[in-house]
Amino acid sequence: MKTYITDIAIIGGGPAGLAAAISAYENGVNVLLIERDFELGGILPQCIHNGFGLGIFDEELTGPEFAQRYINKVMEYKIPIMLNTMVLEIRPNKNILAVNKNEGAILVKPKAIILAMGCRERTRGNIRIPGTRPAGIYTAGLAQRLVNIEGLMPGKKFVILGSGDIGMIMARRLTLEGAEVKAVIEILPYTSGLIRNKVQCLDDFGIPLLLQHTIIEIKGKDRVESVVVSKVDENWEPIKGSEKSFECDTLLLSVGLIPENELSKTAGVELDPKTRGPIINNYFQTNVEGIFACGNVLHVNDLVDNVASEGTLTGEIAAKFIKKIIKIDKNFVQLLCGRNIGYVLPQKVNKTAFKNSVRFYMRVKKPENNVYINFKVNDKLIYKKFERFARPSEMLIIDLPKQDILIDNNILIEVIPKEKKSEN
Amino acid sequence: MEYDIAIIGAGISGAAIARELSKYSVKTILIEKNPSVSMGTTKANSGIIHGGYAAKNGTNKARFNVASLPLFEKVCNDLNVSYSKIGSFVVALEKDQIEKLYELKENGLKNGIKDFKIIEDPKKILKMEPNLNPNVCGVLYCPGAAIISPYELCINFVENAIINGLRFLPDSEVIEIKKEDKFKIIIRSGIEIKSNIVINAAGLYADKISSLVGLDYFKITPRKGEYVLFDKNVMKINHILFPVPTKISKGIVVSPTVSNNFFVGPNAKNIDDKEDISCTLDGLKEVIEGGKKLIPNLPLRDAITVFAGLRAVSNNNDFIIEQTEIDGFINVAGIQSPGLSSCLGIAVYVVDILKNIGINLRLKTDFIPTLDKPPHFAYLSPKDKDELIKKDENYGRVICRCETITEAEIRAAINSPLPARTLDDIKFRTRAGMGRCQGGFCTSRIISILCDELGKNPTEITKHGKGSELVIGTTKHLRRDTK
Amino acid sequence: MSEIVDSKIITCIGCPKGCQVKVSKFKNGNIEAEGYSCKHGKEYAIQEYIDPRRILTTTIIVKNGILPLIPVRSNQPLPKNKLFECMKEIANIKVPAPIKMGDVLIKNILGLNVDIIASRDLESKIN
Repeated sequence: MKTYITDIAIIGGGPAGLAAAISAYENGVNVLLIERDFELGGILPQCIHNGFGLGIFDEELTGPEFAQRYINKVMEYKIPIMLNTMVLEIRPNKNILAVNKNEGAILVKPKAIILAMGCRERTRGNIRIPGTRPAGIYTAGLAQRLVNIEGLMPGKKFVILGSGDIGMIMARRLTLEGAEVKAVIEILPYTSGLIRNKVQCLDDFGIPLLLQHTIIEIKGKDRVESVVVSKVDENWEPIKGSEKSFECDTLLLSVGLIPENELSKTAGVELDPKTRGPIINNYFQTNVEGIFACGNVLHVNDLVDNVASEGTLTGEIAAKFIKKIIKIDKNFVQLLCGRNIGYVLPQKVNKTAFKNSVRFYMRVKKPENNVYINFKVNDKLIYKKFERFARPSEMLIIDLPKQDILIDNNILIEVIPKEKKSEN
Repeated sequence: MEYDIAIIGAGISGAAIARELSKYSVKTILIEKNPSVSMGTTKANSGIIHGGYAAKNGTNKARFNVASLPLFEKVCNDLNVSYSKIGSFVVALEKDQIEKLYELKENGLKNGIKDFKIIEDPKKILKMEPNLNPNVCGVLYCPGAAIISPYELCINFVENAIINGLRFLPDSEVIEIKKEDKFKIIIRSGIEIKSNIVINAAGLYADKISSLVGLDYFKITPRKGEYVLFDKNVMKINHILFPVPTKISKGIVVSPTVSNNFFVGPNAKNIDDKEDISCTLDGLKEVIEGGKKLIPNLPLRDAITVFAGLRAVSNNNDFIIEQTEIDGFINVAGIQSPGLSSCLGIAVYVVDILKNIGINLRLKTDFIPTLDKPPHFAYLSPKDKDELIKKDENYGRVICRCETITEAEIRAAINSPLPARTLDDIKFRTRAGMGRCQGGFCTSRIISILCDELGKNPTEITKHGKGSELVIGTTKHLRRDTK
Repeated sequence: MSEIVDSKIITCIGCPKGCQVKVSKFKNGNIEAEGYSCKHGKEYAIQEYIDPRRILTTTIIVKNGILPLIPVRSNQPLPKNKLFECMKEIANIKVPAPIKMGDVLIKNILGLNVDIIASRDLESKIN
């Protein structure tokens, strides 16, 4: 069996993996980038819409353009890449088993691993939609691949369940290609994707958005014929008598993404039930020493710019870790999710990290306006930040600045409306 | 086309009979209305080989279930079918249900089953099944109960029978049967088949097929059962878990599958429409509530799919397996649970019926009892994986990331004795698309491979036959035609 | 101060914040915006009020490429009411591989002074 030895193996050639590879290389280590598809870029080549890159390049790019810039850099640096290669297993000793057509089974022995496998889409089964099981039910991402990469139109008349970003973007894309999108159905009282996508993908084309509605039945034996849509109450239970039927030949599902961590599990990486990604410390390191994670494998981001910047940071840290420039202390305090905090990353922070600022990524559970994000230790407020809008669809990034306070205990983060006093 | 024996229906019963008959020198045809085998009751089934204690002593159900049990291991071994004797629990959650366990045991003893026992020590039970409801008072433990892949068994029966000379005719709905000197079977497409013997194994439609020769003495009612399937590696379930049974059903079961997933279901509801395999809001609720009684911490967010199947229930509530008033017309009907567990015994018995009515059945000398299948790449050692890819590079491309199914396995399914032609065929043959992402990753890749092997356009590729086309045209075609 | 003759709330799509910008037209013809949080937001809202435009992103059929389609974009925003016309124009065109990111694939589409450019590199198929 062919064996490769390298400093850092990066699993996944999407934006997180590309950025991590470039940054690790720039920090003077050998990198091997492993990608299962025939080309680099991850999901970006099929995300042909614009809206990427404002955070990093200060200009608006399409997905393929964003990817191409990173790919060009990887090519320029001649970073070793393995395409069409599927990783099957990561062992706790950090040996990686992968396969491809040309080389057979391959063993990669790196000093460190960066997990950058991204995420997958939630399916019909995850949300248990009743009805028949005909052809014509696709996740939005699969439909996007069919339309934009394979050049195939999955249907003519669509209903889209879920107002996630991919769902709304596909509503516009399908309309532009001449299909009819009858409605976008969302169980929540607000869109689960970004507001700008509602405006430019739905409103621009007069596509109805039905909030607080869900699909209670799929009909059609061979191909989807219609879906039955019902209003829901505050407990998401369908309201009897509010049903209406939409005739369509295709149902797209945009009902959320799940970090793809099957490989992480084989390596013994511990996962956070809230994010469904690895539990990391402020060095993006998992519980397994030398295994790092970044991007959507860690938590589902709304912007690719964040994914890439996490990758850049992780690449640098991993490189410095194996060059022993960074020593990672084993004592950590935990981050706790208080009022209206859905999750926070990193989940563990090293005390010594507070010599510099530490970046926290978090999401609120429900939308609130005019709030403070409070950081508390032992009930004492150590930092607060005002946010005009706190929405579940938009990740909050807060850099906790250099602190003189010694943090010996766990940190609680909570969202508190401006006029309210902090709850105890 | 002239045959000695025509079997109508390629579900588990028809397939088992076809395979049993392929041991003998007779010309047999298996006629199926769907594009593939195993597309009815067999497809959406619990996949349990029952221990033989539950079916009431004296019934055909009990007789054939018990008769089949000793045969499974060898058949599964020969035909490369996943089968695992993990044992079952009937779970008493209240003290007064214990009595029922003893009744079942009594019935089992009458049926001739010996290998089972009642355990009344909750600690011991929970050690064997840690995620079980902690209120458990006792279980009837039957180590002989097993799990199996029902569609794999059905497919492999037919593939093996084809190798041994069976003719398989898919997409062929029988609309008329005339009894002349031979039976004349007329297919909707216009094809006529002549046969000396007709074996009616038409599942839900067995009453309809029987009535084509004027035999209206039974009726088949579809009884719907809904299921929720869960991802692998999220919760360990060690045994097949039954609640204490009721009059109409064995109750909502929680059971592992041979592919390391587990499911809850089925509920049981008599319906009218024999094509209605839709899941319902209320049905799924009932299934989940039922499952939670046994496994309170059911990991609902790791559900990967829901599905429903129909059991073919006869009006006498037992299997009908007999030579009828019409010479040479044999009914194999009403094969509801434990039908899968009984299929081997049924097949042997049908051969006996044929012998009794004077059919000359001579064992072939060149019968091939085994079925070679491409190796399951996912389960091989790294070294074996490496060697296999060196032999056939298509093993080096993983198409289904969830189940680790390679391009070679998919191409092999398309080129097997029973060629896969649709996306569902590929799914049931190889498991590609059955995992947690439910085809999100592999669907477009499988469409390309099907196009390549079959020389078709993507618009011609279907999910499960005509009318279930997956795509309608190229990306630009709709806009090109607009004004 | 002149009298307001018309006003409209426009949701800014410049970034994910989605600011609600109020654009008002005054009797003297002046147009002003309020509620934005950056200069892009102000510019966008006023432009949107006067002449709504969008970047068009789509695909073009490729001859002899490693993929059947090349993703493309308009190099500038197009009038919103011309999007479908452009889509039809694009649907009837085929371009040969190889293609480099930024290559102009359709010059001055529909005479709108906007080019359609490639969003990525695309190699030709090796036969």
